[in-house]
Parts: sequence; C-alpha cells; structure tokens
Amino acid sequence: MFIITCPFCGERDQSEFSAGGEAHIVRPKQPTELSDDEWADFLFMRKNIKGVQFERWNHAHGCRKWFNVIRDTSNDKIHAVYKMGEKPPVK
Amino acid sequence: MSENFRSLETKFLDKTNRISFKYNGKKYYGYKGDTLASALLSNGVHLIGRSFKYHRPRGIMTCGSEEPNAIVQIGGSGSFTEPNVRATEQEIYEGLEASSQNCWPSVEFDVGGINNFISPVIPAGFYYKTFMWPKKLWYSLYEPAIRLSAGLGKSPTQPDPELYDHNHLHCDVLVVGGGISGIIAASISSDNGNNTVLIEDKNSLGGSTIFQDDENFKINDEKSSVWLNNQIKKIKNKKNLTIKYRTSLAAYHSYNYLLARENLTDHKSLNERSNKLRQRLWKIRAKKVILATGAIERPLIFNNNDRPGVMLASSVKKYIDYFGVRCGNKNIIFTNNDSAYETAISLNKKGINVSIVDIRNNSSSMLVKNAKDAGIKIYWNHTVVNTKGYRRIKSIEIMKMSEDGTNVIGSKLNLVCDNLSISGGWTPMVHLFTQSGGKLKFRDSDQVFIPNTATSDQISIGSCNGDFELDDIIKNTISDCKNFLSLSSTDFDLLKVNCSKQKESKNIWLLPNDKPLGKTKPFLDFQNDSTAKDIKLAMREGFRSIEHVKRYTTTGMGTDQGKLANMHALGIISETAGVKMGSLGTTTFRPPYTPLTFGTIVGRNVGTFFDITRKTPMHDWHESHKAKFENVGQWKRAWYYPKENESMYQAVQRESKAARESAGILDASTLGKIDIKGTDASEFLNRVYTNAWSKLGIGKCRYGLMLNEDGMVYDDGVTTRLSENNYLMTTTTGGAANVLSKLEDYLQTEWPELDVWLTSVTDHYATASVCGPNSKNILKKLFPSIEFNDVNFPHMSFKNAELDGINCRIMRISFTGEHSYEINIESKYGKSLWEKCMDAGKEFNITPYGTETMHLLRAEKGFIIVGQDTDGTMTPIDLQMDWIVSKKKYDFIGKRSLYRSDTMREDRKQLVGLLTDNPNEILEEGAQIVLDEKKQPIEMLGHVTSSYFSPNLNKSIALAVVKNGKKLKGQKLLVPMKDKTINVTVSDFIFFDSKNERLNA
Repeated sequence: MFIITCPFCGERDQSEFSAGGEAHIVRPKQPTELSDDEWADFLFMRKNIKGVQFERWNHAHGCRKWFNVIRDTSNDKIHAVYKMGEKPPVK
Repeated sequence: MSENFRSLETKFLDKTNRISFKYNGKKYYGYKGDTLASALLSNGVHLIGRSFKYHRPRGIMTCGSEEPNAIVQIGGSGSFTEPNVRATEQEIYEGLEASSQNCWPSVEFDVGGINNFISPVIPAGFYYKTFMWPKKLWYSLYEPAIRLSAGLGKSPTQPDPELYDHNHLHCDVLVVGGGISGIIAASISSDNGNNTVLIEDKNSLGGSTIFQDDENFKINDEKSSVWLNNQIKKIKNKKNLTIKYRTSLAAYHSYNYLLARENLTDHKSLNERSNKLRQRLWKIRAKKVILATGAIERPLIFNNNDRPGVMLASSVKKYIDYFGVRCGNKNIIFTNNDSAYETAISLNKKGINVSIVDIRNNSSSMLVKNAKDAGIKIYWNHTVVNTKGYRRIKSIEIMKMSEDGTNVIGSKLNLVCDNLSISGGWTPMVHLFTQSGGKLKFRDSDQVFIPNTATSDQISIGSCNGDFELDDIIKNTISDCKNFLSLSSTDFDLLKVNCSKQKESKNIWLLPNDKPLGKTKPFLDFQNDSTAKDIKLAMREGFRSIEHVKRYTTTGMGTDQGKLANMHALGIISETAGVKMGSLGTTTFRPPYTPLTFGTIVGRNVGTFFDITRKTPMHDWHESHKAKFENVGQWKRAWYYPKENESMYQAVQRESKAARESAGILDASTLGKIDIKGTDASEFLNRVYTNAWSKLGIGKCRYGLMLNEDGMVYDDGVTTRLSENNYLMTTTTGGAANVLSKLEDYLQTEWPELDVWLTSVTDHYATASVCGPNSKNILKKLFPSIEFNDVNFPHMSFKNAELDGINCRIMRISFTGEHSYEINIESKYGKSLWEKCMDAGKEFNITPYGTETMHLLRAEKGFIIVGQDTDGTMTPIDLQMDWIVSKKKYDFIGKRSLYRSDTMREDRKQLVGLLTDNPNEILEEGAQIVLDEKKQPIEMLGHVTSSYFSPNLNKSIALAVVKNGKKLKGQKLLVPMKDKTINVTVSDFIFFDSKNERLNA
C-alpha cells in the first residue's frame, strides 16, 4: 500500500484513493465525426505498461478531486503528482 | 517410564510456577515460560504427529516458527479449538489441551501408516496422474475419498467467541527482531532521537545469544550472554523505544507499510482471557525499517532423516541451555559446519553423552579444539546413510565419504542414539525483505541468498543479512546502522568482540548413500512429505522452473511455507539441471510469514460491523408493522408487509390491488438524490442524459436516461427543475454513489469550463410516494392550501409546500402508472410525514407496499429497472426507448456509440413482453428462452428478466430480452425448465393502461 500526495490535501494512504486508469486521454470534441475505429480507440484502448505510467487518481475518501500521477507500476514509485489540466512535469 | 528430562539450572523459566496441561488426553507438567514442545520434551514425549502423505511418525524438529512436524490441535472441541498450531511456538498455560493431528485412531497406532509401505506407488504427481479418468468418477468417488483422507487439523464448528482488533502505528524506525543485532540497532536508533519500535515474536528478547554461555564468545571481556543481558536491561528504560513482545511480522508491503500480529492472550488460561482481546493486527507505517529477523538452521538431506528424535542442532542447544531440557540421553551430532559444535560442547558440559559425525575432513577453530579436548568422539569425513527406529530414533548407520563427496566407501558403522542433531549451515530469513520488493543475490562461498537491493528505506542486519558469526554481526550491525541513520558515532563503536569459529562449511545438498536414490527416503519438505527423489522425478518429467517443480511436488507448500525445505529443493534442482543457484532464483516469498488467524485479519469487522446498514427515517415504522426487508446495496428496504399468516405472494397480490384500486404508499427515501447548481446546470444535463433539457420549465419534472460512453444504459431517474439554476436529480438506489462519481469525473476532467456544482443529498430528505386513484384526496387533506387539479398541478410538475410549518417538496410523478405524488421532507420529519399520510389515507384504505409490489406495478406498465431488465449490454434502442434519445442534440455521453456497427445491428437482444399460454403459469426470472428444443446445440435466444402474476390483469406477465425481439411479436417460443417446457408468446411489453389514462384519473 503506497502513499499518495494529493495535490489538494497532502500525503494520504492509498486506501483513501481510487484509480481511474490511463491519464491524458481526451474525450473527442466532435465524436460524430470520428470513424468507428477512431471512436473504438478512444473508448477501449488503454496502455498497461510495466514501468512508468501516467494515471488518473481520485481522492475518493477525501476531497473527491481528480488528479494525475506518474507511477512506476513495477515498484509503485510515484515520480510526480499534478492537477488536472496541468502539463506533466517533463522527465 | 516417566523419566524427567529437565535439569532446572536454567534461569529463563519461572520454576515456582508449575503448570499442568493435557496432551492426547494425558496429563503432563511444565513450567511458566515453556512452549508446548519444550514441556513435552521434558516429559520424554517426542512423537507428535503423523506426516501428511505417508503418515510416518514425526517429532519435534525445531524450536521456532519454521517447525514443519510438531503441529497440533489446541483446545478440545467447540469454538475455542484451533488447528495447525506449532507446538514450538505455543506457550503452555494451566489447563491447556492439545492433541495430535492427521492420525487415526491414535498417533501411536495410525491406520494411514499403510501409505508409508505403498509409498513407491504414490510418487509426486500421483493424484494428478491417477484420478484423471473415467471423468465421471471424480465427483462420485475420487474427490470424496481424497477429501476424507486429506487435511490436517479440524476447524472449529462454532463461531469464534474471541475478540480481535486492528490498530495503526506510526514510527521513525521499526526494528524487526529482538536478537543481538536488533537490540543494538534499537538502542542506537532510540538514543539518537528516533521514535523507535522493536518487535519480537517470542516472549523475551535476546535471540540465541542470550543463552550463549561459552568462553569462546565474549564482548568487552564478558560472556556474550552476560553483556547482552545488561543491554536488554538498559533498553527497557529508554524513552523513545516501544518494545512489543509476542508480535510477529506478517507482511512487509511497499512504502514501508507492514502488518504485525500481536498475541495478547494465547499464552493465558481460558479464565484469564475472558472478554480480553486475543490478537491485534498492527498496521505499521515506518519511516525506516531495520530487519533483524535472523537465520534458521538448515537440515541435512539423507535417508530416513525424518524420524522423531532427528532435530536441528541449534534447537537442541536452545532446549538444553534455555529450557533446561535434554532431548536425549545419547546424542549424535551430524554437521557440515562449526556451529553444531556449540551444541556438542553445551551437552558435554552438562554431562550428557554426545558424539559428532562431520562430513568435513577437519576444522581448526578453537571451538573444535575445545570439543576434542573435552573428549568428544568425532567421525570426520563421514555421512549418515540410514536411521532406524519407528516411533523414535534408535540408531544410525554411518559411512566414510569418497574424496569428492559424491559417494560412500568402506563398511557401515552402526551407532546407537536416541537423538540426532543435524546442522547443514544457515539460511538467512529474507522473506520480509523480498516481500517488500527487495532483490536477492547469491553468495557462493556458503551457498546463501542474501539481500541485495531494496526498494524502500530499509536495511537488513545480523544473520538475516548473511552475517552468522558474533564478530561480523556486531561490527556490521554498528556500521550499517550508522550509515542508515546518518550518525558519526555510537556508544557501541569501541566494542571488543571475541569469537572463535571457522566460517567455512562444506555444502552437499543431497548426501551420498550406498543405496540408489529410489530405495531411500531423503526428506526435503517434512510437512508435505516430498523427498529428493520427487524433485528428481519432476525434473525427469520435464519440469524446469522452480515454481513448477514446487507445485508439482508440493515442496514448500505446507503451513510452514518450506522454511526448511526450499533451499535444498533449489540446490538439488541446480545440481541436476547444471544451472547455477544464483541464476535459478527462488520461489516467491508471499505474506503472511507465519499463518494468521481469520479473527486477526477481520478484526472488529464481524457481525453487525461487517458492513454498514443504511436505514430510512421510516425504518422503525416498517419494523413495527412487521415488514420484511430486502437488502438493496447497503440499504434495508421494506420488501412487503405480510398481514397475519400471509405468504409473500399473497401480501404482494393484496398490496398491488390496493395501490391501483384506492391508494398505496411506498418509502422511496433510498433513491439517490443529487442537488445540481450552477449557471451551466441545464447544459450539463443535456450532456449527461440522452434527452433534451434546455426547455424544461421551472417547476417541471422530466425522466432521464443516462448511458455509459459505450452506449449502454447506466442509470435512470426523474430530475426536477427547482429554479433557474437548480435541479434535483434522482438516481436508482444502488447507483447513487457511482452516478455522482461519474458526473464529478466528467465535470472535473472533461468539462471544467462548466459552472456546475454537485452535492449528494440522498440522506437529507425522506420520501413518501403516495399513489392510486385516491392519492389526490389524501394530498388534499394534508395540504389544503394547494389546488390539486391537472391545470394547477399537472403530471410531471413540482410544488413547494408546507406541512405543519415544515417545508416539503411535492413531485407529481409516477413509477406505477397511477396518479401519484412523491413528498420530500427533511429526513428528521420522515417518520412523522409517513404517519400523517397513513392517518389522512385511513378512510381510503391506504396500503403500505414494499419494493416487491413496486416492481410488480411497474412491470405491468413495462417500466424497466436498470440492473434487472438491463445488464450493461443494453442500449436504449434495445429497450425500445428510441423516444428518449434526442436526434437533435449534438452530443451526449454515449451518443457516438449508438452508431457503432455492433450497436446498430438489428438482431441484438431486445426488450419484449412474454405471455404464458397458461395464464396461471409464472416464469422464473433468469430462465432461458429458445425457439427449437430439438436443434442441437440448442440456440439460446435470451432470458426472462422480470416475471410476476398480475392481480390487476389476472394473468402472468413477464419482461424478457430476446434476440431480434422487436420483430417477433406474436411469435411462439419455449422456456425449457428442469421438469417441463413452458409455451410462451412474445407480446408488447406494456401490459396495463397503455394509453396512460390512469395518470390523470
């Protein structure tokens, strides 16, 4: 169980958070203009990396805010935490 | 017969406190501080149990948590009994009852012992290979027979009456293990201002050094045990240090999160424990962790190395030096290293007969010289090739080894003994280190895996780090702690340590024998009865990965998790396959390190604390009116209200008729309620619901359907526009929390530009839903100032009102198809509102109805229930709800998915009505629907989702999803059941009042 630094509340136990899958997948502004394949790509295709991954997390049992986390899935090391809408700190 | 094996020179037991206990029905005595194992050994009891597979007699082998054999049932029968307890860890208390496991009728004579003689035909994989065919015999014969003979102890048949607890603990430094290195580390850490916790799984500190009474091992010119004892006295008074005894670390997760189990009463008599916590699970978050978990001695692998009386040499030393118990009168020590000589010298000093068999050619250490000087007979370059004695070892056979150690030569020598102490070197306890994600490295010089790189802020010190000798342990513990805690000096820097041991051992994983391997039984895993032979068989059959060999032979899969066995299994695999141990790796060390009780794992979360129970403000009324309740998520909802001896069916039929004929009342408080505010609230609803919301007037209500982005129906409910920028959304009872999360997600991440604020108000309001032709008359009595007519208060509209000066919201909406009103009031007035409705409705025979009647009434109207008639694969089009999907709106959640090739298919499963040919036949929900029973394989067209007998139509009705259902109206279909096939006809799914005339009745 790791510790996540919520950008709004600070360090909290992982049990207060829920994971929301891959980050930076933007909902298309004009879905009707996408082909079936393009829409399916947005809807279903997600990365599952062993290593550094960009993820969405929600402080579900806290401030209920969504934010982004850069986490190494192989050892749970968290490299960075940043708010929604912010650019990921470049590595 | 009852020879006493105890010499009371030991200072570690409370000799004034004699304790009686029962083992296999017989009464024995021991002392306060004894383990069950030490107490039994002092009474000369060696035979403890029968092995798992071959039912061979087995005795106590160790003195700690690695014990594979001496596992017993504690407590008699009933709720206090506990299986698979290690006798080497269980402290005795007055009145303790223990018994042997896995034997019948008794441990002395066990019928299952026959397995030992047929063992050549039951090798590894026997069960996998034998019980494969004929397949149909598995359930009727094989499985029941195997289950009967398998298993170790007996689980309790009654609920656990004892109390357990969970507790959180935060500290700067956690030290795991109270041996000499752990004590030094805890001392250094706490002296330097760190809030430190030291945990020790035994009832006292000191590890094995505390009984090391030998001139060869000195610290600052004191015997090591004397020096350590003084240190223990000192640390007990340190301010920054908390010491937890009888606390064993179970799991070490990432980010230094650890779980430890503290035993509070397991060593106390039943009288002393009543109403006290039995065990506590500590959830520890430590900034830094120091592991000092020690090492366990390895056995040696030779023919018949499992007889009662064969023990680890270090354990024999602990029994004599700590517990004052000799494990035999004629001892032989069989070793490949110097440490077993400490045991020999200890025994010799106490006048106990001992000789040594050593597979090495010689050793030049002072310790070995002392043994020689004491006149102890040493057989150099010899190995044990056999042991004899059934219920206790009686003699051994030894032979000289060839130069390269691969064979035996010369003639056999028979040595009489009643104890054989074996020592195959040491294995560092790296379990916790690897659980935390640490990587190991292999040290060739003494064939051990030791910690290499860690993933969290931690170090391993002492023998768990591969330092086995006193001088190395102390030197490295001090320097490692200084580095780890960033200190320039400690109080221990100038310690002078004397230690005389030769550090080289000679390692042979499987010792040579004069007989071929197939004729011998060299046990690796004593608990699961797997031998070196089984490992080699698995390799011959093609298994290479250590993880596969482990599962095929079950090596290391017992309750001891192979603490003794795994290294030898690896060694034999690496030798046989010609692969280096280092590259072979180890099996995965998984938590818990030692088994946990279920009680500890669940703590207080049992019974009513297992899950939250949510009750509506009207709950007490329902209860006092004999309602039966249904669980809906965490809610308790009134299901139906049986009168006198009514069955559920009868009650629901009565309630359903009453609601349509005069008036019914439902507690709808559990429906999810979300308050939506903001200047973009209308736009927001446009995006989340399939239908249009911009033009909804203030004071009006509208039904909405919410999809997932994949186009499937997710939730539904009525939303009311309370004012220009304020809506009240209702959701399904079970979906409330998820809907709020989903909406928040979209607001925060996809549409942050929208000015919308969501608040869950489910628990703020209680809701009574009054329906039926007389609902209007009841409401008139309650709210005389409101004009209840279709012009002033039409269907799908809302009014603010007051009931005895308390604000209410009244929505004229209907889930039953009847003229009906939902009254919302602040929760605390909910019960009062309900009672006022009941009073006002008395003259109209108002009938409270539960969720079952609600389901029936809405099914008559063909209204869906999300989650019952839908299952996450149904689009609104599949539900024939095209009318609610806006064609004009540019976008809403899930819109694009409705135009995917798969969702546009015309032959998808679609919602239909079903009528049984026999109107009295009620279909079973979930029943499969087919067209042709004779076609093989039978094609499943769909299934029944809702089914009732309608008292208002006087016939059975059902909703179903059926492939291509929209086009099948009038089609005859079959519903095959276990004992009959039911004929049905596809119909419209609105069965009652299809013109909605009753809404305005």
